[in-house]
Amino acid sequence: MEKLLEVENLTKIFTLGSVLSRVKITAVDNISFFIRPAEIFALAGESGCGKSTTARIIMGFERATSGAIIHNGRREGKNEKVWFTEGIQAIFQDPFATFNPLRTVERYFFETIQNYRLATSKQEAIERIDAKLRLVGLTYDDLAGKYPSEFSGGQLQRISIARALLTDPKLIIADEPVSMVDASLRMSIVNLFKRLRDDFGVSVLYITHDLATAYYVCDRIAIMFRGKIVEMGTVEQVLMAPKHPYTQLLRASIPEADPARRWQGVIRLSDIEQDEYLRQGCRFAGRCPHVMDVCRRVTPPQFDVDGAQVACHLYAEMSRSDEVLIASQGQ
Amino acid sequence: MGDAILRAEALRAFYALDIYGKTKIIQAVNDVDLEIRENEVYGIAGESGCGKSTLLKALAAAIEPPLRLMGGKVVYRVNGAEIDVATLSQEEKRRLRMTYIAYVPQGSMSVLNPVMRIRDTYRDFIESHLDVRQKGEAFALAREHLVELGLPPKILDAYPHQLSGGMRQRVTIALATLLKPRIIIGDEPTTALDVVVQRGVVQLLRDVQSRLKNTIVLVTHDMGVHANIADRIGIMYAGKIVEEASTERIFGAPTHPYTRYLIDSLPRFGDKTPRESVPGSPPSLANPPSGCPFHPRCPHAMEICKREMPGFTRVAPDHRVACWLVGEGSYGKAA
Ligand SMILES: Nc1ncnc2c1ncn2[C@@H]1O[C@H](COP(=O)(O)OP(=O)(O)OP(=O)(O)O)[C@@H](O)[C@H]1O
Ligand SMILES: Nc1ncnc2c1ncn2[C@@H]1O[C@H](COP(=O)(O)OP(=O)(O)OP(=O)(O)O)[C@@H](O)[C@H]1O
Ligand code: SF4
Ligand code: SF4
Ligand SMILES: [Mg+2]
Ligand SMILES: [Mg+2]
Repeated sequence: MEKLLEVENLTKIFTLGSVLSRVKITAVDNISFFIRPAEIFALAGESGCGKSTTARIIMGFERATSGAIIHNGRREGKNEKVWFTEGIQAIFQDPFATFNPLRTVERYFFETIQNYRLATSKQEAIERIDAKLRLVGLTYDDLAGKYPSEFSGGQLQRISIARALLTDPKLIIADEPVSMVDASLRMSIVNLFKRLRDDFGVSVLYITHDLATAYYVCDRIAIMFRGKIVEMGTVEQVLMAPKHPYTQLLRASIPEADPARRWQGVIRLSDIEQDEYLRQGCRFAGRCPHVMDVCRRVTPPQFDVDGAQVACHLYAEMSRSDEVLIASQGQ
Repeated sequence: MGDAILRAEALRAFYALDIYGKTKIIQAVNDVDLEIRENEVYGIAGESGCGKSTLLKALAAAIEPPLRLMGGKVVYRVNGAEIDVATLSQEEKRRLRMTYIAYVPQGSMSVLNPVMRIRDTYRDFIESHLDVRQKGEAFALAREHLVELGLPPKILDAYPHQLSGGMRQRVTIALATLLKPRIIIGDEPTTALDVVVQRGVVQLLRDVQSRLKNTIVLVTHDMGVHANIADRIGIMYAGKIVEEASTERIFGAPTHPYTRYLIDSLPRFGDKTPRESVPGSPPSLANPPSGCPFHPRCPHAMEICKREMPGFTRVAPDHRVACWLVGEGSYGKAA
């Protein structure tokens, strides 16, 4: 199976606090996944579960505590940062924070062209910029000489996608690109991802809380909870038939755009973040309706359930039980 | 539900920006009439940048330069008497804030001071708004309030960074409701939170509302949240309210062409058929289109739409729409 990007046993530990009250937070805890060429892969889950940290490590902005990133079959190494992120571009949540209000938007485009030596003349540069802007429904003339404040949030977000496309990336890392924009602009952004995948073979790592757009546009999805991937599979498997109790809670909590189907009942949330980070065994045990004895002692390994990967003891008997139990106790 | 507790009449609030010596005017809130009723949840949705946050600032009497009140008024009904907000002194406004009207701005989680324990933030807040004599009194009040809202009192000892984003947001809402305001104005309080935590925040808002029997005005891009909590919804486009109806009718019988696009663009589980977004580009609020501001993008635009802004037509008892199509009574035949 061809893999464009592979994340292998990635772990990131942050140390917080003063010398006296040092707290370690395992923001990313031994996660593995891969992205195929021309695939949109979603990373979703709890607020603060480590999605952005994972993205920052892939982009080389942050160093992993352990584990590896394999890109195009090549392993990231200490001296290989420069070539490594080539072919990967990023777009972020807040389009207004991406651009300095005192600089014209086109300057960002010319800068990228210069940095990557993408053109030999100004005319050639403008042609390239115009071609990329047309992919997002704009033209060079639309932005020539203009400042960020002259654009709407949605336009700026499309502009930052166009800029990311300048280098013809094979992978776009989009960290919550739609959370600040209205429903219609969300659609135009995810439709753009779809087109990039289908017409240009671009892959997208789509980090989001908006599971409805993830279902609409993604091929596969990983659900994270407290630094771990708890469930991974196709969007049909994970979002239409969730197996992990956390994914089930997540799915049941998606607000339906239908006033006849409001949320029923109340839910419990965790109190203080660190409580669950420090917990032994399954980190969802404190809130899980199916919690068993083993859950509090042993970290659940990933089980293969109908083609999806699920990290939950409930599925232990369903797979080769003996082998798995031994493996999990070793952790 | 009852009478209007908060009213806007022909409200206009513009940003006046000084760019290289030239003044640029951004017509962010342009002729808005609104009546918000006692004990309802009023949702506001609309295009990014259409003026929702600006409208909330005006409603909360939190207008500060470069934003300016250019016309119309905001009226509060306090203890049965109507008060024009513009006639209040700074001191009177300060007193009404938090006791009568609480405003939780966009991105407000950052109001919690990162180097202070939550307890101390509470104490400062209480001491600046209430006459508290004894030292332990403020703390006891804070504790009691959190317990009432179902939040664990031990968070008082935490620093903001020790709380998850969702808990920080709930603490912010708890703080804003401590003095039992009659109106709570929330700008995107659930944005960027996961759906479980989002549900917890909405649950808290609902609890507060049923406990205090007060009014909530809520802006969010998340139409699912509106569907879950709002009684009525106003749809805003280019600084104007263009449609207003019960939540059921906004989702079930959207009528303004912009609202229709908004509702039709919502993806649904189990359905991957391509969804369209609104064609064209959002209008410039520095130089808004003539007539109906939606006309450059509207597939139904007629000659009159380019010249004249349509007034509201009541298409059902609690449903008003500003569009020439309904004005003529012809809308809906084609669809
Ligand atoms: N530089 C840092 N120093 C210390 N802790 C950090 C740092 N960056 C992130 N963290 C912590 O690591 C955890 C994971 O954070 P991260 O931003 O990756 O989460 P996320 O999944 O992107 O959350 P969200 O959905 O809210 O964007 C959080 O508990 C966060 O507080
Ligand atoms: N402080 C400011 N100075 C100048 N212009 C501003 C300011 N704040 C907002 N604007 C402009 O006023 C218009 C309305 O902005 P507002 O923040 O009210 O929109 P919004 O509907 O809340 O958008 P969003 O959905 O992105 O939160 C926009 O064109 C915006 O660029
Ligand atoms: S491992 Fe146990 S506690 Fe964790 S989700 Fe599965 S059943 Fe629940
Ligand atoms: S008034 Fe005219 S342009 Fe405006 S929404 Fe109605 S039909 Fe379209
Ligand atoms: Mg993040
Ligand atoms: Mg806003």
